[in-house]
Amino acid sequence: MNDVAVIGFASSATSVTTSGVETLVPVFEAALGQAGLERRDVDFWCSGSSDYLAGRAFSFVNAVDAIGAVPPIAESHVEMDAAWALYEAYIKILAGEASTALVYGFGKGTAGELNRVLALQLDPYTVAPLWPDAISVAALQARLGLDAGLFSERDMAAVAVAREDASSVEALLDRPYLRVPLREHDVARVADGAAAVVLAAGDRVGGRRAAWISGIGHRVDPQGFGERDLTAVPSASAAAADAGGLDDVQVAALHAPFTHQDLLLRRALGLSPEVRGVAFGSDPMFSAGLSRIGAAAGEVMSGRASVAVAHATAGPLLQQNLVCKLRSVA
Amino acid sequence: MDTLSAPLTIAFDYTRSLGPVLGRFMAGLRERRVLGGRTSDGRVRVPPLEYDPDTHEPVTDFVEVSPTGTVLSWTWTDRLLEGQPLDRPFGWALIRLDGADTPLLHAVDAGTAEAMNTGMRVRIRWAASPVGHIRDIACFEPEPVGLPPLSHGRCDSGGSPTGTSDGDGGAAAAPPVTIMTTPIRLHYRHSTSVEESGYLRALAEGRITGRRCPVCRKVYVPPRVCPACGVATDEEVEVADRGTVTTFCVVNVPFAGQRLTPPYVVAQVLLDGADIPIPHLVLGVPAAEVRMGLRVTAVWRDRADWSTTPENIDHFEPSGEADAPYETFAEHL
Amino acid sequence: MRRAAVLGTGQTHHRTRRTDVSMAGLCREAIDRALADAGLGWEQIDAVVLGKAPDLFEGVMMPELFLASSIGAAGKPLLRVHTAGSVGGATAIVATSLVRAGVHRRVLAVAFEKQSESNAMWALSIQPPFSAPITAGAGGYFAPHIRSYIKRSGAPDHIGALVAVKDRRNGALNPYAHLRQPEITRESVQASTMLWDPVRYDETCPSSDGACAVVIGDQRAAESSVGQVAWIRATSMRTEPTFYAGKDHVNPRAGATAAAALWAAAGIKDPLDEVDVAELYVPFSWFEPMWLENVGFVGQGQGWKLVESGETALGGALPINPSGGVLCSNPIGASGLLRFAEAAMQVMGRAGEHQVAGASTALGHAYGGGSQFFSMWVVGRNPQ
Repeated sequence: MNDVAVIGFASSATSVTTSGVETLVPVFEAALGQAGLERRDVDFWCSGSSDYLAGRAFSFVNAVDAIGAVPPIAESHVEMDAAWALYEAYIKILAGEASTALVYGFGKGTAGELNRVLALQLDPYTVAPLWPDAISVAALQARLGLDAGLFSERDMAAVAVAREDASSVEALLDRPYLRVPLREHDVARVADGAAAVVLAAGDRVGGRRAAWISGIGHRVDPQGFGERDLTAVPSASAAAADAGGLDDVQVAALHAPFTHQDLLLRRALGLSPEVRGVAFGSDPMFSAGLSRIGAAAGEVMSGRASVAVAHATAGPLLQQNLVCKLRSVA
Repeated sequence: MDTLSAPLTIAFDYTRSLGPVLGRFMAGLRERRVLGGRTSDGRVRVPPLEYDPDTHEPVTDFVEVSPTGTVLSWTWTDRLLEGQPLDRPFGWALIRLDGADTPLLHAVDAGTAEAMNTGMRVRIRWAASPVGHIRDIACFEPEPVGLPPLSHGRCDSGGSPTGTSDGDGGAAAAPPVTIMTTPIRLHYRHSTSVEESGYLRALAEGRITGRRCPVCRKVYVPPRVCPACGVATDEEVEVADRGTVTTFCVVNVPFAGQRLTPPYVVAQVLLDGADIPIPHLVLGVPAAEVRMGLRVTAVWRDRADWSTTPENIDHFEPSGEADAPYETFAEHL
Repeated sequence: MRRAAVLGTGQTHHRTRRTDVSMAGLCREAIDRALADAGLGWEQIDAVVLGKAPDLFEGVMMPELFLASSIGAAGKPLLRVHTAGSVGGATAIVATSLVRAGVHRRVLAVAFEKQSESNAMWALSIQPPFSAPITAGAGGYFAPHIRSYIKRSGAPDHIGALVAVKDRRNGALNPYAHLRQPEITRESVQASTMLWDPVRYDETCPSSDGACAVVIGDQRAAESSVGQVAWIRATSMRTEPTFYAGKDHVNPRAGATAAAALWAAAGIKDPLDEVDVAELYVPFSWFEPMWLENVGFVGQGQGWKLVESGETALGGALPINPSGGVLCSNPIGASGLLRFAEAAMQVMGRAGEHQVAGASTALGHAYGGGSQFFSMWVVGRNPQ
């Protein structure tokens, strides 16, 4: 089995158009530059995006223009956060079908009314026709956690303070509710963005700086509100176990669209308070998870950590989760 | 340069076929009754699951539950969004109906957030004319204090938490609902790139512009990232408003979303100076006389109507020039 | 490289409107048949890969999320693939890679489309602001390229009708096919309405609700299978942009490159001689001769001659689409997986009335977008 490493990462906090093309060109250039590879050296390309973010069918097709796919390339796409596209590329390398891969995700989250659009992820027969917005649905989960005594509103605000490095817990708690018990600081800002990660098989890493993937797991939970304890995240726990366990992790880059979800995830993943978090202020849908992997890899490649974990989530209430563990040595 | 943007709304009334389980559930709602599905673990799930999570078998054991229940979690919204159940601030809640083991999500018309609390008792407010749709539950409302639990349907008037199994009569008598219609209407803001905005502004002046790829030197109209090279195109190039039909089809069929009445010719037109054809209408000539190699010229709308849109060109028509030889456009097919 | 094989396949009865089932019910009809065909239980499935074309068709954002429990994915890894019309093929290929990587022993690939929830033509005709109002419909996109093929190859006009007659009659042998027309003739096809000149009504695919499922297993799973399996000898995917200066829409480079890589990986030197049957993605009848050339069964300009000779009919040297193909059933997201599954069914000897006698090597093929996404596999009765 091949060892696989992250050897390049770049991201953008904008997306000019819903197609992502103009934004992706320089992002590819930066990620490949860091990896020391040319476009033509990439064996496999894989992306993640969503038609409902763009508001039209086949929205991922135009993004291929950013690659310059003449002559043709080996390429695939998932209608998921690009963290799962990275998983597909990782599998291709493990299977020996590719030695290098470029994975990218993009989305113009501000093009539509994302909070409302996300209702379309819910059961189309009994839930979506009511148009419950994503923040309200998350608020129901937050209250369950508060009522169960798992955390306090103060704990939630502390997550926001660590993230934004701006205000005090007291100042945040003085602010009004957006959807009780969630305040504005509890909700990650909807954002545009794009990200790219370059992967390589062990024999292609050479002398490059690399963050070695020691394990990836991903699982999905049933969606029904009564089908799991909504304050537990069994799919995240199982994914962490699949990734080899997180006992030795020093840094975590979590994808938590809400502060209470950061707290739920830390419990589900079994992260001790000593594990340092990488802060993210916004949620650029469909590249956020991939960006976490890029950031965790950056922690390892820079020497700030020898073992890091990245996490991505998708669906309502942390329904689907991916955990990727990275190390400084293969 | 500011880039152009404009609203985009997508809307469709989706027709959801329900199948046997959801069809039964919706048929119950049409009769103002709530049916749960009992799974192999003995739990009554509302709404019913289509398949048992343990055995994976279809769920067939339906149980009527009470229209009253208990709030397990709640929030409050005063920022109403299109399509939501109420037109005034309301609560969202996870509600476990009496007789059910799982909660459903719905709106609670409680007046103020202060009237909401975990554990509060609520009951269904039915729509005036139920049709077999989840919206037959108009919303929930707080259950009046001090009154005995609402009795309804075949539910035990004592509020038995076990529910009532659906035997040969009762709910089974209602024919399942086959289809429920769900309107979906979404609003976006569509943005253009710098390159496309420049092209649109030139169109507003009656000019057609493209951009040349710095690597392969090909001219793209409309301008875009060069899809063959994956680099931004930098040099603006004005191209002619006449060109050659490379290939075409005659559209004889009406279809959803169509803007013209058939028949009409949609052709690939390679403008002089461009390296990629654009699709456009060829009018002013019988469809049977349109051919590959036909030389055409743009017919612009009245200058007074021009704006930043390709619609400034109404269509193309034959220019009267001799047909272009096949070899001159063969590489564009 | 590790070996992988198709252990079982299943599909729905494809119809214009499957109003008798929900989306979950549609998927389960295919999945239950695939598990039964493979002789496997739910607990033996390690992961699920779901493929589907645009979410706008059903009006559900990432429907695999709400379907997770119904399709047996709850608690397991679940991937959602979307590569336009080629997605069914891509779904099978991703599932194959999961097995070849040694990550899973048995993976369920399922693809579906419930077109009757909306209207695909509506979803595909949404015009963003600032775009030219030139809507021609799906056929209108491809018809000009068919005209180019006719011009370039000198094919006679009736070739499209010949393919339509063959596929619709094949479909009559397939109990799951949407269109089953044993009485269709070349004359009746040529008398049907000209929709997108040069494409006639009877030369176009229908709009279908349908699903397909395939269980893919590793070598140990294959060897412990009771029934014959279909060994996956090679897979291939290639992509090019929708439009670029010099793009060949008749003979797209991505298709030719994918096929060349496929034959090389499968060790096939003479595809026409070594392949017994092929399921090609032919949504408009004229694409059969175009793809025969593009994948390298015959040289440029020769595809229509193979069609005219009758060699692509059942009983011919290279039967194409014995299932009736996309011309008989087109649940878009599932259409590619149906091609892959039908190829497997042939080498497993389980294709029923449309079985090609003695088939031991078969091609499954899918494409999508503007003739730009291609996915293919070669399956065999034997591993090599």
